[in-house]
Amino acid sequence: MRAALQLSEAGLKVAVLSKVFPTRSHTVAAQGGIAAALGNVTEDNWHWHMYDTVKGSDYLGDQDAIEFMCRQAGEVVYELEHYGMPFDRLENGKIYQRPFGGQSQNFGGAQATRSCAVADRTGHAMLHTLYQRNVRANTQFFVEWMALDLIRDEHGDVLGVSALDIETGEVMILQARATLFATGGGARIFSASTNAFINTGDGLAMAARAGVPLQDMEFWQFHPTGVYGAGILISEAVRGEGGYLLNKDGERFMERYAPHAKDLASRDVVSRAMTTEIKEGHGCGRDADHLLLKLDHLGADVIKARLPGIREIAIKFAHADPVREPIPVVPTAHYMMGGIPTNFHGQVVAPYKTGPEEVVQGFYAVGECACVSVHGANRLGTNSLLDILVFGRAAGNQIIEDLKRNSHHKHLPGDAADKALGRLARLDSQKDGENVSQVGDMLRKTMQTHCGVFRFADLLKQGVDKISEVAQRARNTEIRDKSRVFNTARVEALELDNLVEVAVATMVSAQARTESRGAHARDDFPHRDDDKWLKHTLYFSEDRRLDYKPVRLKPLTVESFPPKARTY
Amino acid sequence: MKFSIYRFDPDKDEKPYMQDYEIALEPADRMLLDALIRIKTVDDSLSLRRSCREGVCGSDAMNINGRNGLACITPVKGLKEPVELRPLPGLPVIRDLIVDMTQFFKQYHSIKPYLINEDPPPETERLQAPEERAELDGLYECILCACCSTACPSFWWNPDKYVGPAGLLQAYRFLADSRDQATAERLDYLEDPYRLFRCHSIMNCTDVCPKGLNPMEAIGRIKTMMTKRTI
Repeated sequence: MRAALQLSEAGLKVAVLSKVFPTRSHTVAAQGGIAAALGNVTEDNWHWHMYDTVKGSDYLGDQDAIEFMCRQAGEVVYELEHYGMPFDRLENGKIYQRPFGGQSQNFGGAQATRSCAVADRTGHAMLHTLYQRNVRANTQFFVEWMALDLIRDEHGDVLGVSALDIETGEVMILQARATLFATGGGARIFSASTNAFINTGDGLAMAARAGVPLQDMEFWQFHPTGVYGAGILISEAVRGEGGYLLNKDGERFMERYAPHAKDLASRDVVSRAMTTEIKEGHGCGRDADHLLLKLDHLGADVIKARLPGIREIAIKFAHADPVREPIPVVPTAHYMMGGIPTNFHGQVVAPYKTGPEEVVQGFYAVGECACVSVHGANRLGTNSLLDILVFGRAAGNQIIEDLKRNSHHKHLPGDAADKALGRLARLDSQKDGENVSQVGDMLRKTMQTHCGVFRFADLLKQGVDKISEVAQRARNTEIRDKSRVFNTARVEALELDNLVEVAVATMVSAQARTESRGAHARDDFPHRDDDKWLKHTLYFSEDRRLDYKPVRLKPLTVESFPPKARTY
Repeated sequence: MKFSIYRFDPDKDEKPYMQDYEIALEPADRMLLDALIRIKTVDDSLSLRRSCREGVCGSDAMNINGRNGLACITPVKGLKEPVELRPLPGLPVIRDLIVDMTQFFKQYHSIKPYLINEDPPPETERLQAPEERAELDGLYECILCACCSTACPSFWWNPDKYVGPAGLLQAYRFLADSRDQATAERLDYLEDPYRLFRCHSIMNCTDVCPKGLNPMEAIGRIKTMMTKRTI
């Protein structure tokens, strides 16, 4: 949406395809804030933010991209404010900021206050503001269109996509001089997920099917506080505002795991601590399988003013009013650090002839579906909304530049839509096939059991076999609904194909990485191994081959932050 | 649990009909949306929109036992059986529980739902006092689910001319924003027998809003602003 705005305002013709009406995309569910070192509450600067992000990434983040993002953070947040974003305000009229996990002053010192927030509805406010600004700019939306496959020519250049108009069932080719994916994440590969139903990794799967590798797919963030049993996200803003976690003994156990940052340690650290507590029998409830998030001590006024959405969710989904009682929570799959490899201009890069990072002409990716990589092995809270603003704008600017050189459409191959049409034809004619929701359940259970917060050698090995079986079954799915009109069964079957791509990439990449880094925690290799593994994974779907490329340790202007032990 | 659901597929049905379903719910099926997804595993042709399943995206608005609401935040327990589900009233049906929202969004777009401020932006944020910002509470939270507008008889009769409660709530969201400079232009647009004044304070909008917002109060405030500028 941010990229579309950049292009529309530059006077270019933009078509935004979206499976759902634009304000229904999953950005709408982001709660806590946007990271930017504005220094409105405590002293701050982008360089400290950069340090925190590099450390948070467990040194797998590319430092050139991280510097680029942190330096532009203030500018993109102010820009959003100028667009009309209803930020909460401080007494002096400036943007309200709150503390979040992993944010520090002075390179690892005292807690910083860096998240620019609209109550606990920052994503909602941001998505609507960007949509509204796009309305002003006359951006053209293709609402409820599902992109099916990427179109590449014999040189590998990207020429557009084939897409399904969900309402009519028609398949069309959208030919474009530039194609940008902002297709979001795919945490629907797990049974317990904070993600919306639509987060099925469509962009990743389209890229993978078209021969583009997927990067760092073993790194999935498990958010510490999903509502127990329902999976709905409870923002880290709760802990930012002063809430904390308790085990069944009423102990604030994070003090043991992260004596300095406690409940505001990085998300991977907190999720592992919670999983360990549950495993050691300190969990709450009849099945001792969750923990409690206490915030009643903040007082009804703070909860109602700063966390109203959280209160609504807790009452509805956990039957607990946080003004009086704690919320039952459990680590829940939340965010995909991996994705389509790009540089910090949003250009997709892949090994081709001369090196691991050659630009794929005409193809761009930003946001959760992309891997720039600014989040490395673990994303810091509120860096994702920043990511989509900074790189959405940057990719927009890059496209404007590139289109000056490429003024004509390239020749569209005759078989451009064949791949997508073939999949649809197979689905329509399948007899005695597999049930889409059953195969989907098996996929999600496999990922949950075999590739969760902690990963074990034997489980991963079995996991690769099991997920291969899922992939095999998914080739024979059958739908009974054959209608052309708004056929959601067809959409879900196509989404399952995409989930399979993402799940296989994840399992294969995770099994291969024999170290623990950020969100990838191996029981058999409990330590980070920089000698062997300070490198990005590249997964190729065609033959499930893995390749690796170096981490970009050199920032743009400042000194590199060399890897060191990561404690909170 | 028993359900009676509005079905219509223009590809094969001549006219709409109600279909009965009886399904056994699992303990994890707490919300109506969970139940609908359970039904969909048995009958994949049942069509509905859904996404966030937590009441923030606005996809799964429908008419539940005669009242508009979001399936994902409507507890299934306690619903009168058979649970009667119909598409949002007053909009053309595309299929089953899916309505064509073109008219609804057209009205939303008509009120210029974006900040208008022609001054060159400062280098940092435009300042806004917490009290000024508080004026936007209860307005900006709208999720555009259309529960309100499609519960409004005035919108049913004149969906092409009356902005409707959702659009008017957003019109007031920008009128109330201390940073917006287009007050006169916005009021000029709304000063019309249909756009604003078709509201007859029936209050269905406020009654059904799943986010607890109050479009009727916002409409009242626009009317007050309009009165004030004429005297």
